[in-house]
Amino acid sequence: MRAVSPPGLVFAIVGGALLCVPFMTLAANRIVAGHGVMVWALGYWPALMGMIAALGAGLSPRPTLRLFAGALGLACITAQVSQGADLLLADAGDYARTSPAAGFWGLLAVFSLLIADALTQLHPRPLLRAGLLIVALAALAVVFWSGLLGDLSIAQEYVSRARQFWTALAQHLQLALGSLAVAVVIGFPLGVLCHRRGGLRRAMLPMLSFLQTIPSLAMFGIMIPLLAWVATTVPGAREIGIAGIGFAPAFVALVLYSLLPVVGNTVAGLDAVPPATSDAARGMGLSATQQLWQVELPLGLPVLLTGVRIVMVQNIGLAVIAGLIGGGGFGSFVFQGLNQTATDLILLGALPTVLLALVAAVLMDILVDLARPVSETAR
Amino acid sequence: MIEIDQLTKRFGETTAVDSVSMTVETGTITVIVGTSGSGKSTLMRMINRLEEPTSGQVRINGEATGTMTPHLLRRRIGYAIQGHGLFPHHTVARNIGAVPRLLGWPKAQIAERVDELLTLFSMAPDAFRDRYPGDLSGGQQQRVGVARALASRPDVMLMDEPFGALDPIIRHRAQEDLARIQRQLGSTIILVTHDMEEAIRLGDRVAVMDKGKLVQYARPSEIIANPASTFVREMLGDEDRPLRQLSLMHVSDLIEAGDADGVAIDADASLREALSACLWSGRDALPVAQGGRITLDAIRAQAEQPA
Ligand SMILES: Nc1ncnc2c1ncn2[C@@H]1O[C@H](COP(=O)(O)OP(=O)(O)OP(=O)(O)O)[C@@H](O)[C@H]1O
Ligand SMILES: [Mg+2]
Repeated sequence: MRAVSPPGLVFAIVGGALLCVPFMTLAANRIVAGHGVMVWALGYWPALMGMIAALGAGLSPRPTLRLFAGALGLACITAQVSQGADLLLADAGDYARTSPAAGFWGLLAVFSLLIADALTQLHPRPLLRAGLLIVALAALAVVFWSGLLGDLSIAQEYVSRARQFWTALAQHLQLALGSLAVAVVIGFPLGVLCHRRGGLRRAMLPMLSFLQTIPSLAMFGIMIPLLAWVATTVPGAREIGIAGIGFAPAFVALVLYSLLPVVGNTVAGLDAVPPATSDAARGMGLSATQQLWQVELPLGLPVLLTGVRIVMVQNIGLAVIAGLIGGGGFGSFVFQGLNQTATDLILLGALPTVLLALVAAVLMDILVDLARPVSETAR
Repeated sequence: MIEIDQLTKRFGETTAVDSVSMTVETGTITVIVGTSGSGKSTLMRMINRLEEPTSGQVRINGEATGTMTPHLLRRRIGYAIQGHGLFPHHTVARNIGAVPRLLGWPKAQIAERVDELLTLFSMAPDAFRDRYPGDLSGGQQQRVGVARALASRPDVMLMDEPFGALDPIIRHRAQEDLARIQRQLGSTIILVTHDMEEAIRLGDRVAVMDKGKLVQYARPSEIIANPASTFVREMLGDEDRPLRQLSLMHVSDLIEAGDADGVAIDADASLREALSACLWSGRDALPVAQGGRITLDAIRAQAEQPA
């Protein structure tokens, strides 16, 4: 075993450098640019010591220790930002805003990567991973509701838009997960058909990959006139909420993007069944449906779920663009923020999106692992 | 009775099976033998309609298979695929019990049958029942594959090189087990192999295939005595022919009155074994355990090329 962990060494060097760039900024109001404040200027020594200790412990070759080092680091930067905000706002004006700066974000990344690296080495079983995810989310919720970060500019943005925030979350999830659900309902049977009929596969897959290559902005753009036309020509379409802008075009665009990964991975998953196995299944008298449910699906499930994972993470990100055409979701904060050059409003949209994508990825990885046939996991 | 009538299968340019006709009697073992690519598997797979014939017909007890629902037809016919094809995500027990489960047998009866078959194939049920195919050796996987084909006691069984991956000792035992099971149940077995030795040992009838054509279909003794073509003769291997011929006959066929010295031989033993005993112990005659004796001269006369 080595004396130091190589990634830990990189994290320590980068982390050390990040301690020497501004940790927070203070601005006169929410629009103007602020000036940076160094971490030592915030004068909260326990947190600073904690960060240094965490970077040091991250050097350890023992992954468990590195895991705790990462958690300690995250706790310390959170405490530091909370204390720093109090200090900076104490003798500033009424409209003054304070935000985390490059140093904070950099250290956030470093400590998160430290945790990720330690987890990769520990390789916890799926259920333990689920437990860790719950613990992490609970910690986040505690920080959020305790008001520890209430003085930060982004929290101020949240307070003035609390109701919109939760609506945006609901819309975002509806867009991302709803389109995924529709894509699975359409794509899974399509994948099964493509698997059975070579001709359909040869026609279908290139078409879907073509859809995938359309740039997202263009795709959303195309949907606007298309759905506007549907709304005016198809009777009843307008009544169920179909319109050129808003939720519907964004939703349809997301469904189209999701089809290729769903269909492609369904086909790949079903193809992954060893030919002798499906031959034996046929030979012993399983009907086509029984073959699908009892043999092909259980064996292809990990690949299939990998497709769902791709789509879920992709759609959570892509749904941001819906904000541009009035489709709602966190994208509306991002684009409002861009218009007003209000960085914190942009972050209010972007950070929860990143968090959602992360949680989705971890959750789906757990499911994929659970779906693997027993004989593989037993090794 | 399975009647194969002018059965032909073409894959594009290649004719895998070329107008084959043969009749398989109920309760017999028919072995299809031939070189690699001669169309043995294809011929067999047309019987349970895993391949649809290009032309021709298969009738089981007079009923044309073409009119039956394929998966229902297949449930009646046991099938051991070339290269086992076990379900990797199911345990050994679940694999073997697959067809009985399809047929709706009660759980307890399936479990009992699984243990019975594992024991039959020399695999301790307690040690193997709950394992996954990936953890078995090639020979064990193949035996599980054969056990799966036997599980529901089908009247008709198709076995595609079922013993290919077994070592000679286990192979020999598996062949004897199969022959015994077949006699007990009176099932009809069609078995594919490229091993003429196996064909002669197991087959009530042997079908020799060459390039998609059925070149000879006869009892093993007839095939050895009168190979229909040079191809069949090559398959037999010229130097082994007299020994093959002797292995089909029994000491009981040649017992004569009189005495001989040394260890006695059983009347059920084959002439090949008797010859072996004569040569090994340097005797010209052996006493038969049930009385009488058998002479080297008499054995030699049987091994001679028929006129
Ligand atoms: N699905 C298929 N598509 C195209 N050609 C095929 C197919 N199945 C078999 N063939 C061809 O038909 C011929 C006979 O094949 P078959 O599998 O019946 O031979 P076999 O006697 O069982 O050989 P082996 O002893 O190697 O198993 C071969 O030339 C093979 O390439
Ligand atoms: Mg074959």
